[in-house]
Amino acid sequence: MAGYFEKIFSGLSTTMVGMKITLEHLFKKKVTLQYPEKWHPIHSGHMPANSRNRIDVDMEECDGCNACSRACPVGCIDIEIVKVAKSEKDVPNIKSTGKPRKTWVTKYDIDFALCCFCSLCTDACPTEAIQMTTEFEYSTFHREDLIYHFSPLSAEEVEEKKALLAKEKAEAAKAKAEAEAKAKAEEAANAKEDTDSKENSN
Amino acid sequence: MEQNFVYELLGQEWYGIAIVSILPLLFVLGYALIAILLELKVASWVQDRLGPMRTGWWGVLQPIAEVLKLLQKEDITPDAVNKPLFNLAPFIMFVAAYAAYAVLPFSSVFVPAGIDLGLFFIFAVGALAIIGIVMGGWASNNKYSILGAMRAASQMVSYEIPAAIVLLAIASLAGSLNMQEIIAQQGGGIHNWFIFGGEGSILGKALITPVMIVMFILYFVAALAETNRTPFDIPEGESEIVAGYHTEYSGMKFAMFFFAEYSNMFIVSALTAILFFGGWQSPFGDFLNQTWMHPVWMVSKAMFFVFVQIWLRWTLPRFRVDQLMDIGWKTMVPIAFIGFFAIALWAMVR
Repeated sequence: MAGYFEKIFSGLSTTMVGMKITLEHLFKKKVTLQYPEKWHPIHSGHMPANSRNRIDVDMEECDGCNACSRACPVGCIDIEIVKVAKSEKDVPNIKSTGKPRKTWVTKYDIDFALCCFCSLCTDACPTEAIQMTTEFEYSTFHREDLIYHFSPLSAEEVEEKKALLAKEKAEAAKAKAEAEAKAKAEEAANAKEDTDSKENSN
Repeated sequence: MEQNFVYELLGQEWYGIAIVSILPLLFVLGYALIAILLELKVASWVQDRLGPMRTGWWGVLQPIAEVLKLLQKEDITPDAVNKPLFNLAPFIMFVAAYAAYAVLPFSSVFVPAGIDLGLFFIFAVGALAIIGIVMGGWASNNKYSILGAMRAASQMVSYEIPAAIVLLAIASLAGSLNMQEIIAQQGGGIHNWFIFGGEGSILGKALITPVMIVMFILYFVAALAETNRTPFDIPEGESEIVAGYHTEYSGMKFAMFFFAEYSNMFIVSALTAILFFGGWQSPFGDFLNQTWMHPVWMVSKAMFFVFVQIWLRWTLPRFRVDQLMDIGWKTMVPIAFIGFFAIALWAMVR
């Protein structure tokens, strides 16, 4: 009989203990952080410096060496380059090395729908042009919008550079052909001279 | 004693009757929105969260969003169900919940139907909900539904007995089953509430108050069990039987079950307030006891108990079925009997 009342009493008293705890929590400070209005990991400085998020490419550093594209395990980096024509003036230097750039990067696309944030490209880059940022909010409504175009050159500029290079190449080829023809002619002339001299000596 | 300000203004014509029967419905609709918000907010605050914050200021429009969501959901009637019963069950649930409002006195001048058997009526229509639950569970043709319905039926039948004995004790104390009469006897201030034994000498009150507190706890626990709320939510125990008797329901029909549960919560809370805490009577005697203040007292007392129900829900885990039966039959029924005899004795000698 005593156990019976003890059971009832402990049932009620433990309920009261539980209700006290929940009532305390009812008025406690809440742990929810109101992202993104009142608390934002980037603006509040809570993003670690080496966190793996969206990649950014500094095109002033990039010389289009393709190391990142080769290092990428998912193949999300797409690079096309055009060589800098010899006749071109005012070619900007690569910022970190100070040497003039050898190539124009006409296409530098990263598909963030494919990117796995492994950071292998940033390790591979010789000039540290490709870097991880802390930016992580870049959802889009269309998958195509996740392909980021980093190349600073417009389509016209690319055409211009290509034309210039083609022209230079054509000129070079022409010059080479001329030089070859000249060489051949000289050779022929030399050969003729040789035979002539031989004939003369005979 | 016919007390109804609408009938006095308009006369007991068809339009007067229509207004009287629609007024509680308007109240229930507004109340349900507030109760949903209260449930969401209490749940999240107890868990140290903020809860809904985006819809309106501090998320106050969230219940409207929830109702709109329920309204536009697809109303699925599975192929294998017993269609007439399946479609009827949620409406029986709601009718049972709403019928109880017919005798609920919101004020000294407003009770939709001031019948003398008010307490008995509220109890009778409350029991009608079992039919809706069993009907829904059986018609769903689903093992979880029928298990939930069987659990609900056994639970509600067992817990109606202690609740009925408590009601009987109050009826013997008040000498009436008319709820206006019961409330009228608790006038004159907080010390005359039935939780303190009603009107009587101080010594008598000191003797009867512990019994009344026990009876109040018994009634409140039984009411919790009858509304199928945690810790007595074994008929819909999510972790065991998906959602119990409303597993197969969706859209508007599920909303009816939901709505019925919330209106039942108010009914039992209002009944607790009427039986033990003076209904629409002001706690300060004649101060703030004007007619227009009566609904305010009534609704605020009932809302407090609605809050306690929600509070308990987020405090206690669910009972096992055997624990539930143990509490109901071995603990509550005997204690309710003893309490009933004590109160009947007090009603005779005071």
